[in-house]
Amino acid sequence: MIEILSPGVMASVQDMGRPGLRNLGVGSTGAMDARALHIANLLAGNEPGTAGVEFTLGGFSLRFHADTVFALTGADAGARLDGEPVPAWWVRRARAGQTLTAGMAGRGMRSVLAVSGGIAVPDLMGSRSTDLKGGFGGHEGRLLRAGDRLETGPAEAPAMGERGFGLAAGRLGLLPPQGEAEIRFVPAAEWQVHGPAIRERFLASSWKLLPDSNRMGYRLSGPELRRETPLELLSHGIIPGTIQLPPAGQPVIQLNDANTCGGYPKLGVVIEADLATLAQVRLGDHIRFRAVDRAEALAALAERAAFLDRLPERIALARDYSMRSAGHD
Amino acid sequence: MNAAAQEGVVFSHLGEAGLLCEHAPGPLDLARQRRIWAVADAIGARPGIREVIPGMNNLVVLYDPLAFAPDDLSAEIEALWQAPVPERHEGRTIEIPVVYGGEGGVDLVPLATRAGLDPAAFAALHAAGEYTVYALGSQPGFGYLGGLDPRLAAARRDVVHPRIEAGTVMIGGAQTAVQSRTTPSGWHMIGRTETVFFDPLRDPPCLLKPGDRVRFRAVEVLA
Repeated sequence: MIEILSPGVMASVQDMGRPGLRNLGVGSTGAMDARALHIANLLAGNEPGTAGVEFTLGGFSLRFHADTVFALTGADAGARLDGEPVPAWWVRRARAGQTLTAGMAGRGMRSVLAVSGGIAVPDLMGSRSTDLKGGFGGHEGRLLRAGDRLETGPAEAPAMGERGFGLAAGRLGLLPPQGEAEIRFVPAAEWQVHGPAIRERFLASSWKLLPDSNRMGYRLSGPELRRETPLELLSHGIIPGTIQLPPAGQPVIQLNDANTCGGYPKLGVVIEADLATLAQVRLGDHIRFRAVDRAEALAALAERAAFLDRLPERIALARDYSMRSAGHD
Repeated sequence: MNAAAQEGVVFSHLGEAGLLCEHAPGPLDLARQRRIWAVADAIGARPGIREVIPGMNNLVVLYDPLAFAPDDLSAEIEALWQAPVPERHEGRTIEIPVVYGGEGGVDLVPLATRAGLDPAAFAALHAAGEYTVYALGSQPGFGYLGGLDPRLAAARRDVVHPRIEAGTVMIGGAQTAVQSRTTPSGWHMIGRTETVFFDPLRDPPCLLKPGDRVRFRAVEVLA
C-alpha cells in the first residue's frame, strides 16, 4: 500500500483510459503521457497498461507501507527516496516506511509513478482511470488528496540491484520538450474552409500554452484567427488532440478529459505519436504546429511502436547489469 | 428511391485513424439521423473498427490504421450510406417526472417571460413535446434530444452556470436535455428530476439509447 502525503498540484490514478465508450458520452481519460506510463510499467515489471499515478509539476510526496518496486517516468521532479535521489526513467525498490518526495519539475509537466502489481483500484467499464468529469473510476472518482491510501496489486517484482536501474532518457529521446515544442497534426474538415490567411498564420505562429490549460484541454494564445462569419457546426465526436478554432480566434486542443462531442470548427488533430510530447509542454511554453499527411503520421506511429517493442530487451539488459554491479559493491 | 437515399457522404480525416462522415450541411433531421444509426450499427460490427460515435446527423469512425486504407473504409461507409435504412427496433418511450421551476429551475421564469408565456404554460409546452434521443455525448449518459417546440428555444446563457446538478432539465438553443452529471453549463435550468441517467455500476450504465423517445411529465410547477 502507498499513502499519499501530498498530491502536489493535481494527481490522479490513470491507466491507458476507457476508449470505446464515447458513444455513451464517456470520454477516454487515461494517462496524458501514455508513453511514460507504458515505460514506467515495463520498468516495474507490469503489463504496459497497468494503472499508475499521474502527478502534475512534481511537488508530491508519498509513503510506502510495504516493500514496493516502483518506477518514475515523465517529467523529472528531482524525487528522493528518504533523501536518496531517484531520477526520472528509473526503477528501484522502496522498503516499508520509506518516503518518496519530489521537488518541482524543472522540465516537463507530468510525472508518472508505476508500482509493481499496479494501483489496485476497481476496474470500472474496462479501465481503472479516474474520470474526473464523470466523478467515477480511479480512486473514488476524484483527484488524490493527502491521506489517501492506495492498495497495490499482487506482484512478482523483478529482481534488481539495490539502487535499481534506469534508462538513458536523453539518448532515447524521452526528455520533455524545452522552449518551443513542434507538434504535428493531420488537417481536419474545416482546415481548407478557413482560408489561406488563417492557415498560414496558424502555422507561422508560436502559440503560448495558457495557464488554465489542463487534462480537459489546452488553451493557446497568439495572433487572433477570427473568421468574418462564424461557422456553425452540428456536434460530432471528437478525440484527444482535436485542435479547434472557437469564434474568439484562439485555438484550443481538446484532450483526454474533454467532452466526447464538440461543435467548434476544427483545424486538425494532433498525430498520436506526438501526444506524449504535447502532454509535457509546460504552461507558458510555446508550441509550433506542422501539418503532415496521414503517411507521415503513420510512419511516426510505426517508429514509436518499434521503439516500445525494443524496450523490454533494453530494460532486461539494464536490470542484469544493475545486479552484476551490485554484486561487486 | 427516396430523396435521403441519394444523399452523399462528406468524408474528412479526424487524425490518422479516424473518419468523420457527415451529411451535406442542413438543419437537424430525424430521417438523416436514422441513416446515421443504421450505418453506425453496420460498420461497428466490422473487425478493425475501434469505435463508432454517432453525433448530430454525423458519425465518427475510429479504425485500426494498419487494418484499413481510409479510401477502402470510406467506400464501404458510402455503400452503407446509400443502402435503404433497415427497419429499426422501435426505441422505448421513457417518462421523466419533472418539478419545473423553483431552485432546480431558476431560469424558468426569465425564459417564460422572454417567450411571452407564463411559467406554467411554458412548462406545459415543454412537457407536451415528444423528444427523440439523437445521440449520447458530451458527458456520460447525456442525451441530445431533438423535438423542442421552437417557441421554447433560447440562445445559451452569456454567463455559464458554474455548477448544474445532475438531474437538471435544461434548454440550450433549439435543444433540451437533462444534465446527467454535475458540471458547469451554459444552458438554462428549467426544472429538476430524480431520474438517474448514468450510473457506472449499473448495466447498462446509461438510461437512454439513441432512438429512444422521451416524455417529460410535470409533477409540479414552482414559479
